[in-house]
Amino acid sequence: MNTRIGSGARPDTLLRAMTGPRYLVTGWAWRALAYTFTTLMVGGVLLLVAAPIYAPWAIFVSMIGRDTSVAGYMVFTFVAGVAMVLFFAPLVAIPLGALERRRLRLVLPGPAGSGHRTPPPGLWGWVRTRYTEASTWREVAYAGVMAVGFGLALVLVGSLTTLTLVLAASPLILASDGEEYVSMGWTVLTSPAEAVPYALLSPVVLILLVYCCGALSYGHGVVARALLVGPPKEELYAELDQVTESRARLANAFEYERRRIERDLHDGAQQRLVALSMDLGMARVDLEEGSPADLRVAAAQVKVDDLIDELRELVRGIHPRVLSDRGLPAALAELADHTPVPVSLATDLPRRPPAHVEGTAYFVVAEALTNVYKHAGGGAVTVHAELRGDPRGETLVVEVTDQGPGGADPARGSGLTGMADRVAVMGGTMDLSSPVGGPTRIRVELPCTNDRPEAAK
Amino acid sequence: MTPVPTVLAEDGVLLREGLVGVLERFGFPVVAAVGDAEELVEAVAEHRPGLVVTDIRMPPDFSDEGLRAAVRLRREHPDLAVVALSQYVELSYATDLLDSGDGKGVGYLLKQRVGDVREFASVLRNVVEGATFVDPEVVRQLLRRSADPLQRLTARERQVLELMAEGHSNSAIARRLVVGDAAVGKHVGNILAKLDLPPDDGVHRRVQAVLAYLRGQAG
Repeated sequence: MNTRIGSGARPDTLLRAMTGPRYLVTGWAWRALAYTFTTLMVGGVLLLVAAPIYAPWAIFVSMIGRDTSVAGYMVFTFVAGVAMVLFFAPLVAIPLGALERRRLRLVLPGPAGSGHRTPPPGLWGWVRTRYTEASTWREVAYAGVMAVGFGLALVLVGSLTTLTLVLAASPLILASDGEEYVSMGWTVLTSPAEAVPYALLSPVVLILLVYCCGALSYGHGVVARALLVGPPKEELYAELDQVTESRARLANAFEYERRRIERDLHDGAQQRLVALSMDLGMARVDLEEGSPADLRVAAAQVKVDDLIDELRELVRGIHPRVLSDRGLPAALAELADHTPVPVSLATDLPRRPPAHVEGTAYFVVAEALTNVYKHAGGGAVTVHAELRGDPRGETLVVEVTDQGPGGADPARGSGLTGMADRVAVMGGTMDLSSPVGGPTRIRVELPCTNDRPEAAK
Repeated sequence: MTPVPTVLAEDGVLLREGLVGVLERFGFPVVAAVGDAEELVEAVAEHRPGLVVTDIRMPPDFSDEGLRAAVRLRREHPDLAVVALSQYVELSYATDLLDSGDGKGVGYLLKQRVGDVREFASVLRNVVEGATFVDPEVVRQLLRRSADPLQRLTARERQVLELMAEGHSNSAIARRLVVGDAAVGKHVGNILAKLDLPPDDGVHRRVQAVLAYLRGQAG
């Protein structure tokens, strides 16, 4: 929306138009009038349609201060009123909100999207979403505002219109036969000549009506916008972008940390253990073979070697070195070697994908193979990884298929949700097909974009 | 045993000092002990050693600099014996190394093997004498993979191949498996036949058998 400031420019809001000198000749005056009259119509229909909903409260209010012997009945009507509002008010308020957001454009142009979420399919999904979101109950509150607005508009338009008509018509009425006087409330006119100055006042009252309609419409519109209009979509998208970015940053930070820990263990603890094992080996060279001291040292060396093995397995679980060094095919081959079930592996990767894509793909295959081992009871597994080019860039496609019993369900844990999360962070997609009876197939597509901050080696 | 001048490349100071001690003790006087691949190449050019022992992962990138340097040295000095030490089993490392030169006089083993210093020293000695040594873990990993050549070998033949890859002679294999030399000879013959290796001189075919496996698997 353009904002134009300057005396010669057309006013761009109702408020500016009203405070300007030429309000009456702008379109805004007509808009305000239209808004006020439609308020009367909509409000009238609303009061009729909603009558059953507020009927119990109307009865309750009518009994206040009357007979105290009907206290039980009063409580009943009050509770019934609450129940009616909770159950039925949204059904009226939601369409009312939709209508009012359209009508709002008359006095406050601009984006007027609802704050409603998109409900899941089905009646129950709709009910659960609508009855639990704030937007709905703000629309219910707006229905009350609408009733007040309707009342004010009715009084204002009714009285000022009547006054204008009476003032304008008073000379004519007095000039006609049979009419002795016209009562103006504060004075009584008896002759047409006396009525003429009053008649001249009628345009002034009309102008007052137009200004009052403007003020009322503006006030009504501001309240309506506050209650009915959700945050603009651009703002939401911007927030979503930020959240997505920070999620990706977090995932990258974790990836970086994993690599750092792996490197520290590799270059620190593991090297020291190997050096220790070597020192023990050298000690044995000088000891008499089979002597008690030699046996002790030999036992210590076995323990050190076991520790080295354990540490190596641990490091593999954190971040496999071979993945950083030799890429995905070598890392997947090593993974397949360490899986107790037979795995046939096919890779077609002419280039290395970015590190975060490799890491995610490796994690997916590792999880999938663990699942196969745990749940699918050792059926044959095929792992397929390939780079597919398309105009928007390359995509790494990874498929893990097993001939197990199928029926894998992400809702029951089994790491599938964790996999889907990690894939989603990288902007990828994951498809799971697991009919009962098998086979189970997991297909992951990861876009090979380089816009993620690469963690340093 | 004649001393074999040796160049050692290992970036971890602790491990380097330990290795120098082991090498000197077992008749491999260390003429240069360096910390990265570039220095390794320079040291070999300067000292003309009989043996190079190198870590695969070294500065500046900590990926496979040592391996690449080893392959290059093998190409430039075909007679140089090279033993590469690796923190973990990686088949493609083994194939790269065995593919360099004629596949003789090279060794690839897990770093933790150096703890058993006598065994380590004997591996070095074998490699210097032209043997091919591949870490038992590599062979075990190969044999775990379900590919055609594996399916064609019997359990005993796999055992024999494993020992061949470790650089043992027929009679050494016979001693280990407590069978006669003739039996081992028969197994080796079967293995070579099953791997479709053309008749050639004994040593070369043995190396070929191991290489065929590694290539077929790691490719």
